[in-house]
Amino acid sequence: MTINTKIQEHINKNRNENGNLPEYSGKDFSSDQDVRWCPGCGDYTILKQVQNIMPDIGVPKKDIVFISGIGCAARFPYYMDTFGMHSIHGRAPAIATGLKVTRPELSVWIITGDGDSLSIGANHFVQLLRRNVDVNLLLFNNKIYGLTKGQYSPTSHEGTVTKSTPYGSVDHPFNPVALSLGADGTFVARTMDRDPRHLQAMLKRANDHKGTSMLEIYQNCIVFNDGAFELFTDKKSRPKEAIYLEDGEPLIFGEENTKGIRLDGLKPEIVSLEESNYTKDDLWIHDEKDATKAHLLSRFFDEPDPRAETPQHMPRPFGVLFAVDRPRYDEGVNLQIEETFRRKGEGDLDELLRGPETWEIK
Amino acid sequence: MAAKKQVKEEVTIRFAGDSGDGMQLTGSLFTNTAALQGNDLRTLPEFPAEIRAPAGTVPGVSSFQLHFGSKEILTPGDICDVLVAMNAAALKANLDLLRKGGIVIANTSGFDKKNLNLAKYENNEVSPLEDDTLSEYSLIEIDVTKITREALSDSELTFKEIDRCKNMFVLGFLYWMYERPLDSTIRYLKDKFSGSPEIAEANVTVLKAGYNYGETTEVVSARYTVKEASLEPGTYRNITGNESTVLGLAAAARKSRLPLFFGSYPITPASDVLHGMSKLKNFGITTFQAEDEIAAVSSAIGAAFGGSLGVTSSSGPGIALKGEAIGLAVMLELPLVILNIQRAGPSTGMPTKTEQADLMQAMHGRNGESPIAIVAPKTPADCFDTVFEACRIALEHMIPVMYLSDGFLANGSEPWKFPQSGDLKDIQVEFEPARDENAAKFLPYVRDERFVRHWSIPGTEGLEHRVGGLEKEDETGDVSYDPDNHQKMVKMRQAKRDKIADYIPLQQVDSGNEEGEIVVVGWGSTYGSLSTAVHELREEGMDVSHIHIRYLAPFPKNLGDLLKGFKQVLVPEINNGQLVSLIRDRFMIAARGINKIKGRPFGVEELKQEIRKAASAKVNS
Repeated sequence: MTINTKIQEHINKNRNENGNLPEYSGKDFSSDQDVRWCPGCGDYTILKQVQNIMPDIGVPKKDIVFISGIGCAARFPYYMDTFGMHSIHGRAPAIATGLKVTRPELSVWIITGDGDSLSIGANHFVQLLRRNVDVNLLLFNNKIYGLTKGQYSPTSHEGTVTKSTPYGSVDHPFNPVALSLGADGTFVARTMDRDPRHLQAMLKRANDHKGTSMLEIYQNCIVFNDGAFELFTDKKSRPKEAIYLEDGEPLIFGEENTKGIRLDGLKPEIVSLEESNYTKDDLWIHDEKDATKAHLLSRFFDEPDPRAETPQHMPRPFGVLFAVDRPRYDEGVNLQIEETFRRKGEGDLDELLRGPETWEIK
Repeated sequence: MAAKKQVKEEVTIRFAGDSGDGMQLTGSLFTNTAALQGNDLRTLPEFPAEIRAPAGTVPGVSSFQLHFGSKEILTPGDICDVLVAMNAAALKANLDLLRKGGIVIANTSGFDKKNLNLAKYENNEVSPLEDDTLSEYSLIEIDVTKITREALSDSELTFKEIDRCKNMFVLGFLYWMYERPLDSTIRYLKDKFSGSPEIAEANVTVLKAGYNYGETTEVVSARYTVKEASLEPGTYRNITGNESTVLGLAAAARKSRLPLFFGSYPITPASDVLHGMSKLKNFGITTFQAEDEIAAVSSAIGAAFGGSLGVTSSSGPGIALKGEAIGLAVMLELPLVILNIQRAGPSTGMPTKTEQADLMQAMHGRNGESPIAIVAPKTPADCFDTVFEACRIALEHMIPVMYLSDGFLANGSEPWKFPQSGDLKDIQVEFEPARDENAAKFLPYVRDERFVRHWSIPGTEGLEHRVGGLEKEDETGDVSYDPDNHQKMVKMRQAKRDKIADYIPLQQVDSGNEEGEIVVVGWGSTYGSLSTAVHELREEGMDVSHIHIRYLAPFPKNLGDLLKGFKQVLVPEINNGQLVSLIRDRFMIAARGINKIKGRPFGVEELKQEIRKAASAKVNS
């Protein structure tokens, strides 16, 4: 029980008579605006997959809100036929928090990029995760600044040569999934634009999770950073370089699934399932609820070093690294309000105005 | 020999001591008792920004000034009649604020050699209580520390706890001097220390000891009565500006029947508004202590998008950080209330000192053409009405409104004849209703006769639409780079802001004639000093009027005409000349500023002098 406000009254008055969810198709979520990303941009397929899963999340269009910051990805809400806000650089998590706390029944999605949420908005990004506000954050990572035409980003690797770093960047990059785990994120996952089926599956998982869902999406910027994730997206190298995580399943990858990862104490090592005595039973079994293992997985972040004599490195994990339940901020705030109502009843404005002590002038 | 009794029309007491001496509490409790006795009053708390500056030093002095009387009191008093000095530093820092012949009540144990050294008295051999420093004042010396310890000799409390009660001794003594009852303070102490009755008991014992000390000692020759003021009949309470701001917001939430979302980040002197709001959960108020100022305002915008009354609060440095987001709210045309409890700047400035130097920031402190509405309260109690107006304008005109209070109003207090909730007008809010599938395309930027777009909130069928910071096409709200559209929309947002002038009261002359020789024009917290100064100058026969502006953007429609009825326009401000620039710019009037920028409010005498000087300068020129 809380106050019957005009919002409540408005929602009740405008309620759909039969209460059934309309039967949507992906097209119903496409707005009348022309999509204006560069031809071949990874954003197109992400948009398409988001529109495709929307009919399945069980939420009427009127209750879905997309909020973005600034950047190429941030144009996303304009193309969704839902409620949307294209806000200011880096602040979408804060705006979404205000909205979700006051309207917890809404399905709130944050669209952001590596610059938006890891540079200018990095503070809000980690605060959102630690609070565990029940929203879905899609982090389009293309390791470059696209909209400002090609400067290095906080996920660009050291030495990246761009317009603003003609001698190569000397910044150490963020590892977004490790950062999210460090901020006590309750749902941390990674996917890529070039694997639509996996992308769809991850979007659904993100939607189903109660709490902040952080889904990093490797997204190709065809103009300024083409092929940044080719190792993982190219059909030839993908089996060697990418490992798909499945809860309860062993960590297996490689062409013909011939390699596995086992744990020697806390040290992961790659083993051959063909040329050694190790079998599937010896491998690391993925457990989405295991925070320690999630941290180890998040550190699978190295890339092949051509200068090394034996270029041994870990494959990049895709899938849900970590997913646990933890009380959510929006829920906690509203429980506290409801509890106060139960205890004290609706506030008496006249009593409040009168205050503790008064006097009479006659 | 019993003390003589005298009747006084008004008294100003300044409580001064070390930051740890509890002077703010002592002052507040005396204030409440004076208020309950029916006096009119104003207060001025002044404290260091440091939580505990080095004990015993001048920078560590905390003061609380109270001006109360049986006549109308509008300022905390230029100069005090009584100075309580708990130590040598307190005397040193405040003696020039005591009128000649005034009373010093000194705690002698705060004047030992160590204290004289800490206060940097040049001669640490002789206490200023003993040389001729106080020859022009009347001195009451009490060894407060010693007597407090004696009064609690049976107590189980530690020495430290006992010494913390000594402010209650001073309070009790002053209650005796000014013939005040102890009951309200005793009630307060019992309530505050309900968890540790022995501390409550000790404080009450010492309070009574102070009172009885007055009865039995012969150090004082006179007791004073200040009769109740002839305020307008009604029921009153005492209130600070920040408290009444909280109440005004709660009232606006109730009268708009909206949930109120308050996103804030702690900053002096605005934090008390956050503290106050966070207690009011059962009024449908949600508070969010954000990670920074930007998140605070952004969260309020998110809440406003969802249909709540979104409010954010801060002081100047925080408002600077919020600028970009306020611009977003201008573009989104969503209601947003931004509280700026101003303090002395620039940069971190003087956090605990007052100033009204953020008017230009409110007016122009965003990129692009970004007009918002601005209102400013004039007294602590007026904060209630003004913040209520801020909410009304924001909601009824779908626009960000900046509310410019300041440290002086925030912490100062006065008696308030509080309204009944039934007397407050409803704030009109209507959300855009749902549309069925066959309806024409929904146009989120269609406007009504006030140029206001409708509030179309998520959860409403058929209203799915996108807003954002990119320029909007007229009516559709789609992104547009069309040059003519941009000009049209810039002009439209300005026209919408200016149109508010049709929905606010006309400017009144506060005192004096509607035309004449001189008008003194003020805004915000200078009201009390300006009003008192103008009244007194008029009594001297000067042709001077007073106009005080609550609505700073847009100005009331008749303001220009009113000002043109005077030969001279003087604009006193606690800044380097901001309203005066706006007036000159807007009305082409040769207005002149009177500017004080010392982190303190205007004194009445200094204002009178400045007004006289300005008046004669004009005559001579």
